[in-house]
Amino acid sequence: MAEKMLMLALSPTMEEGTIVSWNKKEGESISSGELVCEVETDKATMDYESLQEGTLLKILVSEGQTAGVEQAIAIIGEEGEDIAGLLKEIESAALSKGESTADQTAGNIESPAAPAAAPAGGEAIDTSGKETGVSVKQAPTSAAASGPSGENRGTPPPAAEGGSAGVGGSAGNGRIKASPLARNMAAEAGIDLSVLSGSGPEGRIVKRDVEEAMKTGLPVRSSATGMGAGMGKAGALSSTGIDEQHIPVSRKRSVIARRLSESKFTAPHYYLTLSVSMESLTESRRILNQRRTAGGESKLSLNAFLMKMTAEAIKHHPIINASWKEEEIHIFGSIDIGLAVALDDGLITPVVRNCGGKGIIQIDQELQELIRKARSGKLQPEEYTGATFSISNLGSYGIEEFTAIINPPASAILAVGAAVKQAVELEDGSIIFDNKMKITLSCDHRVIDGAAGAEFLRSLKDIIEDPLHALI
Amino acid sequence: MDFEYDLIVIGAGPGGYVGAIRASQLGLKVAVIEKDKAGGVCLNIGCIPSKSLIHQAEVFRSVEDLEKMGAQVDLKNFDYSAVQGESRKAADALSKGVKFLLKKNKIDYIEGTAKITGPHQVTVNGDRNINTASILIAAGSRPRELPGFEFDGKTIMNSTDALMMTDLPKSMIILGAGAIGCEFAHILSAFGVEIQLVEMLDHILPAEDADTAQILARSFKKRKIKMYPGAKASAPTRKEKIISLEIEDKKGKQNIEAETLLVVVGRVPNTEEIGLENVGIETDRGFIPVGDYYRTVVESIYAVGDVVDSPLLAHVATKEAEIAVEAIAGRGHEKRIDPTLIPSAVYTEPEVAGFGFTEEEAVKAGHEVSSAIFPYRGAGKSVAIGKTEGQVKITYNPKTREILGARIIGTQATDLVHELLLARSAELLSEDISKMIHAHPTLSEAIMEAARAAEGWAIHV
Repeated sequence: MAEKMLMLALSPTMEEGTIVSWNKKEGESISSGELVCEVETDKATMDYESLQEGTLLKILVSEGQTAGVEQAIAIIGEEGEDIAGLLKEIESAALSKGESTADQTAGNIESPAAPAAAPAGGEAIDTSGKETGVSVKQAPTSAAASGPSGENRGTPPPAAEGGSAGVGGSAGNGRIKASPLARNMAAEAGIDLSVLSGSGPEGRIVKRDVEEAMKTGLPVRSSATGMGAGMGKAGALSSTGIDEQHIPVSRKRSVIARRLSESKFTAPHYYLTLSVSMESLTESRRILNQRRTAGGESKLSLNAFLMKMTAEAIKHHPIINASWKEEEIHIFGSIDIGLAVALDDGLITPVVRNCGGKGIIQIDQELQELIRKARSGKLQPEEYTGATFSISNLGSYGIEEFTAIINPPASAILAVGAAVKQAVELEDGSIIFDNKMKITLSCDHRVIDGAAGAEFLRSLKDIIEDPLHALI
Repeated sequence: MDFEYDLIVIGAGPGGYVGAIRASQLGLKVAVIEKDKAGGVCLNIGCIPSKSLIHQAEVFRSVEDLEKMGAQVDLKNFDYSAVQGESRKAADALSKGVKFLLKKNKIDYIEGTAKITGPHQVTVNGDRNINTASILIAAGSRPRELPGFEFDGKTIMNSTDALMMTDLPKSMIILGAGAIGCEFAHILSAFGVEIQLVEMLDHILPAEDADTAQILARSFKKRKIKMYPGAKASAPTRKEKIISLEIEDKKGKQNIEAETLLVVVGRVPNTEEIGLENVGIETDRGFIPVGDYYRTVVESIYAVGDVVDSPLLAHVATKEAEIAVEAIAGRGHEKRIDPTLIPSAVYTEPEVAGFGFTEEEAVKAGHEVSSAIFPYRGAGKSVAIGKTEGQVKITYNPKTREILGARIIGTQATDLVHELLLARSAELLSEDISKMIHAHPTLSEAIMEAARAAEGWAIHV
């Protein structure tokens, strides 16, 4: 009996996934637990292991395409089985839902950089794929819907058509025909090949088409800015020497964007800033690290100290380590601190669990390992989700103070600035130079009241300025 | 008005006869007028007989290889006229083949001299007027004659004379070291003629890049061919059976002597006697000016091949004729040949082939340029067959990775070049070639390795 193979939620926050590669071909048999395909989720690339057994009869979502969780991505069953009925069912399900999260419906556009065509006016266009035999109506994507009050003044980009000189040099199956040189040059210039007409053999996009586009400018597919097609120029060199570009939003970037907006727009943020003297901590850390390097051990990062000290301060103010759950406020039992780490293509907050129960050395070791994994894209969902508190440190960039956006489900985040020498007047009227660092706490007012936030920050200041405090 | 023909083609060389056949395929009523032999210079007194001679020269040169194996070859009865006779057989067979093809395609083949007498009229042998909708001029070219070096067919020869020669001279001076000069130097020296090669420009094969020409020069030197690049020659003097030539190069003046002198300093278009003046077409340095689709200033008249200012190559004439005829038949899509996609081939040993920009030309044209070179020696096959001389050179734009041109010198270069030419014409990149599996052992591996060199990872160097 043929059955659907569904897109699974491979991480707690995953809502949709992009198939990176299929490890099985149609007609190959699959046993339970076998690697079927790789899926790019909101933050990492995950292996999809089959829960089903049988023969892979049909791939519905091809490489580079996206499917929502619970959406059918393939059909599995016995060899030679008739799947027409099942296909029809999947098709009508997609139709009645009136939406599909597939970025690129059945026609498999080869260039992964090509963002989905955003039809104007909210009108669905039929991009039924001849290849899969599945017809999926594509509703306007969120990109199109985010246009100012639903109005998209731009003209819709023409749907890719088969035939010899079709836009996008597309062959009948939606593949973009372009020479390797044209691809190279278009990528360099940030030109979306799918909007070019090919003048080469059989409508292939060749060098002169890209050159022409660079010279004259051309309509660009609308991106997440909600700008209509035809309003921008791609690849035109501006007088600043900056190549104008339209960068398609990666899954990761779109999740970051959504989560941050959600947090900023739903959690009422307020900010508390104070200066802490770093003399004591800097000195203690210097001595400690001197000893460690002499002993052949690595230096401990400032962030590890801050995480430990924050955890100690939280112990005195558990409300800082809590989450707004509408019906209740959930105070967490473990202090799991996430540290914002910048990546080339976004940011991620690896989480060191139970900082309250660990020493600085252990925290640092775990942190370095997580950062290493994060930078190589290997971080697993359980390693970057569910922080109960976060720290963002821009001190190394010389930023003196800033405010950060709370990383849910936590209710507070600490923004750490750079330590700067400052003249300070003592009680006896004398002036000394102190090494001051500004820390700013962003709080979700639904959970943490002003006074509670202030008391926590005060405790943290005391601990940083006098590390012995942590022992008391 | 009803025309007798849709198209009259003047000349049945590689431009004319292919154009005529293509026109017939596209449904036009066509006649070809030829004053000499079907097939033109190429088939009769050019590419084809010379390739026959070159092949036989290679066979003769392999005597050395046989001797290395201990065989003794008796050359006592060697007869060059038999060699020449073979080359004529090849030419005649192909010329007949052209006539057959024309007939098969229902094209009228008219023997005679054509003159254009109106935008829609051609007169044959001065008395027969034929009217036609369109005219394609493919009249070809002939060897250039230098003042003071007038051809006499015996001692001062042009390329046709040299091909028709049935006895070998003891020695020969070749004036002009372009493709034709170098090929004759190769053939005749293989048969034991002492060759002195005189070239006015900086190096032999002046149209090719200097590195590549250098390798051929080295090979020629080993074969005792004397070369005088950068040398000017003054008119020859004769003393009994010896021709003497005063040449002047950077080192000064000197006299060189030989039994015969072959003058191969280019070709001139046959445009003087075809009645261009009757329709108001003015030539430029002898060439007929043409626009898109090789159309002249007269709307009904097109011109292709050696009569227009494009490389004087049979395959160029053929392609131009196809473009023109497709336009005449209303099927035109391609306007002109892209000059950077024309392969050149020199059938010396080692062979030389190439296309597109040389490094120098690319820089002049404002391209960013890098070159990757891979020596033949690095391909196992070349060692196995004892032909390690040569290299593959790919010139490319380091930023876009576009292949701008390529030059191959070495055995079978003229066949090997097409892989790279396909890459350029399809806009493939060196990356694509570098990753394609090439059979082992082949000379094509040198192409793959040169592409890898461009990508920074050649293995066998």
